[in-house]
Amino acid sequence: MDAVKQYIDLFEQTKETINNHSTDIMNSCREEALHMLKKLGLPSKKQQKYAHTDLEDYFGPDYGLNINRYPIPVNPYEAFKCDVPNLSTALYFLINDQYYNNEPHGTKYPDGTFIGSLKKFAESHPDIAEKYYGRLSSKENDGSVAINTLFAQDGFVVYVPKNVQIDKTVQLINVLGSETDFMINRRILVILEDNASVKLLICDHALNEVNFLATQVSEVFVGEGAMLDYYELEENPANTKRIASTFIDQQKGSNVMASSITLMNGKTRNNTYITFSGPGAESHLSGMAIEDGNQEVDNFTFIDHKSPHCKSNELYKYVLNDNATGSFAGRILVREGAQKTEAYQSNKNICATDTSHMFTRPELEIYADDVKCSHGATVGQLDNQALFYMRTRGLSEDEARMLLMFAFMSDVIDNIRLEPLRDRLRKLVEKRFRGELAKCRGCNECRPEPK
Amino acid sequence: MLDIKNLHANINGKEILKGINLTVKPGEVHAIMGPNGAGKSTLSSVLAGNPAFEVTEGEVSFYGKNLLDLSPEQRSWEGIFLGFQYPVEIPGVSMVNFMRAAVNEHRKYKNLPPLSASDFLRMMREKREVVELDNKLANRSVNEGFSGGEKKRNEIFQMAMLEPRLSILDETDSGLDIDALRIVSEGVNKLKSQDNATIVITHYQRLLDYIKPEFIHVLYKGRIVKSGGPELALELEEKGYDWIKKELGE
Amino acid sequence: MQNDKSNNIIEEVTGNEYKYGFTTDIDTDIIQTGLNEDVVKLISMKKGEPEWLLDFRLKAFKYWKTLEVPTWAHLTIPEIDFQKISYYAAPKQKKGPESLDDVDPELIKTFNKLGIPLEEQMMLSGMAVDAVMDSVSVKTTFKEKLAELGIIFCSFSEAVKDYPDLVKKYLGSVVTYRDNFYAALNSAVFSDGSFVYIPKGVRCPMELSTYFRINAANTGQFERTLIVADDDAYVSYLEGCTAPMRDENQLHAAIVEIYVHDRAEVKYSTVQNWYPGDKNGKGGIYNFVTKRALCKGDFSKVSWTQVETGSAITWKYPSCVLAGDNSSGEFYSVAVTNNYQQADTGTKMIHLGKNTKSTIVSKGISAGHSQNSYRGMVKVSRKAANARNYTQCDSLLLSSTCGAHTFPLMDIGNKSAVVEHEATTSKINEDQIFYCNQRGISTEDAVALIVNGYAKEVVNKLPMEFAVEAQKLLAISLEGSVG
Repeated sequence: MDAVKQYIDLFEQTKETINNHSTDIMNSCREEALHMLKKLGLPSKKQQKYAHTDLEDYFGPDYGLNINRYPIPVNPYEAFKCDVPNLSTALYFLINDQYYNNEPHGTKYPDGTFIGSLKKFAESHPDIAEKYYGRLSSKENDGSVAINTLFAQDGFVVYVPKNVQIDKTVQLINVLGSETDFMINRRILVILEDNASVKLLICDHALNEVNFLATQVSEVFVGEGAMLDYYELEENPANTKRIASTFIDQQKGSNVMASSITLMNGKTRNNTYITFSGPGAESHLSGMAIEDGNQEVDNFTFIDHKSPHCKSNELYKYVLNDNATGSFAGRILVREGAQKTEAYQSNKNICATDTSHMFTRPELEIYADDVKCSHGATVGQLDNQALFYMRTRGLSEDEARMLLMFAFMSDVIDNIRLEPLRDRLRKLVEKRFRGELAKCRGCNECRPEPK
Repeated sequence: MLDIKNLHANINGKEILKGINLTVKPGEVHAIMGPNGAGKSTLSSVLAGNPAFEVTEGEVSFYGKNLLDLSPEQRSWEGIFLGFQYPVEIPGVSMVNFMRAAVNEHRKYKNLPPLSASDFLRMMREKREVVELDNKLANRSVNEGFSGGEKKRNEIFQMAMLEPRLSILDETDSGLDIDALRIVSEGVNKLKSQDNATIVITHYQRLLDYIKPEFIHVLYKGRIVKSGGPELALELEEKGYDWIKKELGE
Repeated sequence: MQNDKSNNIIEEVTGNEYKYGFTTDIDTDIIQTGLNEDVVKLISMKKGEPEWLLDFRLKAFKYWKTLEVPTWAHLTIPEIDFQKISYYAAPKQKKGPESLDDVDPELIKTFNKLGIPLEEQMMLSGMAVDAVMDSVSVKTTFKEKLAELGIIFCSFSEAVKDYPDLVKKYLGSVVTYRDNFYAALNSAVFSDGSFVYIPKGVRCPMELSTYFRINAANTGQFERTLIVADDDAYVSYLEGCTAPMRDENQLHAAIVEIYVHDRAEVKYSTVQNWYPGDKNGKGGIYNFVTKRALCKGDFSKVSWTQVETGSAITWKYPSCVLAGDNSSGEFYSVAVTNNYQQADTGTKMIHLGKNTKSTIVSKGISAGHSQNSYRGMVKVSRKAANARNYTQCDSLLLSSTCGAHTFPLMDIGNKSAVVEHEATTSKINEDQIFYCNQRGISTEDAVALIVNGYAKEVVNKLPMEFAVEAQKLLAISLEGSVG
């Protein structure tokens, strides 16, 4: 594959510069990634896992990379006011893949907690960083992850020590800004020690309408009894491509809520891996995508029930309009000995036009007998009966459709455990269906409405 | 107000209505009775504009407007209300949002500004009392998890909210116990005025003990085969629909 | 009532192992193992085939050589040496049997042992049978009676001779030789099989049935079934199969093609009972079969029903291409795996025409160390307005060492499509077993009872005689699966 060669060459030419502007722990993972990339290349469409996402199309074109780490003159506090009303968050920014060096005002965390630059963390907490960085990502034979590992120079880290609860929601805004076609490789590391808890909201926004390719690899460690909320909200313009891989490792009795919401995008591929490493853990995984134009969204999830008494619950919903393409593949693996597993999965979709296309592939692979597993998938349309009923009450057809599409998404929103985010999402989703979010202009639309 | 002339309608290519004629004036209450499969529900669906049915012949005018040219929502704005035999469940859409959208669309049509949230809630509260509808139901999704009686009360509640000029109540009595029947009927009677009219569609006489129609029509095989005063309903109750069939020489 | 019946059946079969595992001592004409162009020619020559058919075989063989063994299924298939298989074995006969007297008595005995009536006297059983032993059609019953209605039911070789135009027209029209590895192999070396043609407007008055038997060692069985239902025709077709117990694995790679014209209907039922191997997974048949129906005509209909209990490895996806407007396809399947059996089975429903409908009901039951997978695809093309599909696939787990897997794909390109898939996987309900125990039913019997209930929705789709056999089979297959 030509695209791969381009990255291998680039890495070999600029290795020193990359390393000089990064940190030992991140640098130490690059050779292995290079080796893997050389050996495997990028997954092709012939592989079932990437049957509906063409990575050549993602990685093939030329993009600029900011390997020399030139500062980008953006003041995110000026450009972005993406605060969710009633949710006072601790705000952080990654401008492209650089950490924006400004601590949120007035946020004091309990001792030992670290939230901020991955590079800085690796320098100030080398032992912890080494213990966790690259541990989950290197196990997945996926060339797109390897490319991220090769080029990522900084990122964002959330480290919450044992028994520490962070009450204030941590919000990370990924800002894409460039005048030319640009590639971003960001890295996220979340470490929750035993009985720690934190809520994390990650929003994606692009400032310009050049071609962006954003790769993101997140490694998430959830200790015994720890509790994590991990929400991702994408609002990118149509020429942005995003490929994100999130690896979540859950220890005994931990509880994770992970949600990826694609409100506006160009092409998006989200891989979510959850491994139950200890018994009695629980995961709620959800996602939604509202697609029109020529947008594409492809969610791949893999839940590995390695330990007994774990519970996973998955819900993904898509509404596809115009020429949009949606894919969902959800694999649930229940390993031998993982008795008393409960695993539920549901994927529901609406194809609203004849030129939209949906692929769904829900998979159960089960090697233990004392389990309760189910999956369901549907592709359909809005309920004509309900439409008629609403119209007899005087709702216009458009309004009735909008309400029904909104209702279709409501259970995904209801699953979210952050009430202010739920309220905000209701507004955003409604606006989206009304076509009022047709163009994402930075974050203007997310601004709170004037009271 | 309503003038139906020689109305024919099909569903999936099968003719159900075979020439209906009916005139309704303000202040009147009509009952349409008939055996199962006569076309009673089809008539109400066609009047409300259900796209599943195809009108092949005939005219329907409502206050001089050609009803058949109008979409279901336009008919609603003109003041036609259909109380469904089987009210549709709409998961995820709350009653409050649903009704607010409906009321404001009606107001928009009348060039009125949308109701403020507090005015709207006050209106909901008042109208709820008409049919003794539980406040809890207002916060649930439309008709979802409602009992049969609650669904029918909800229909009358919506009728109260939208203040129609012509209400068509399709088998509103089906599946109701005596108490619910009384509540629903009292609701309908309270909403009755000199300016509006009601068409009650029913299989049984039972509902007519509570809602007293001046005109009774018997629908059979897609046609109105007999019309008369309240005494016709009693006669039907006594003799059954076979009597009609016999009269028609079947 | 139903329970009494099931109970009796279970009583009857308790203690049974694979009862069809005998071999028959019969003179067999076997060609040397190995596969090359000459072997393909030899097969064709032995069968006295016309040149167009030899061409077809050679084209298929040439294509097969370019292919690799498919590996996408959830199966562990030991490497198969295709040169160690004999591609032709036939009970020795001078000519085709003219009447029952010409058939080797050993053969008749074999089929009688299997409960397959070859004698015309067995008319009461009301079933026309084509018996295929080691790839060669032995005897077709009721031929004359069917001929009165214009129905053709004969061995494939006879059809080639007697109805070359029909065979030429339809052979490979549903499953081309380029379809997949095993279809290409079959197209090159198929030895015999059944041919059915139901003329316009004829409803076939009896069940047609083929019984397959592998007897010779070291041979593969490669039969081909071709069923054509002309406008407004109807036929119900049954397929059964058994094989002797042998320690080595034997390959069975068949093709079934069904072509359905306007308003015609075909029901195809299979009770698959190839030798599954022993308790330790030794021996057993590799059952790699391509089955497909083309609903070409408007309002045409195909229904697949299968009860899969045998074979060491099953790789099989009876599918429907719904090309005609208002055509419909059904797939009802019960797959039972025990010991070290592996099954990867399911269906494809390809919606091309308008208002097409498909239904999929799949019940997987896994026990022992077996692996049981459902693999399915529902595709709705852009032009297939108002397509409907409903899929229900359930898995039942009877041991902690087996696996049950579900791999569906839905590919939907049409806004008016309504496609639903539901799947559940669960352990056999212990409360039910306890309830049965309390009523004095042993656990093993209770399992058979519950499994039969679980599979009922599918088994009920089978014709009567088959349904009873299928129930017995379910019970036998699961014997010893409860510890």
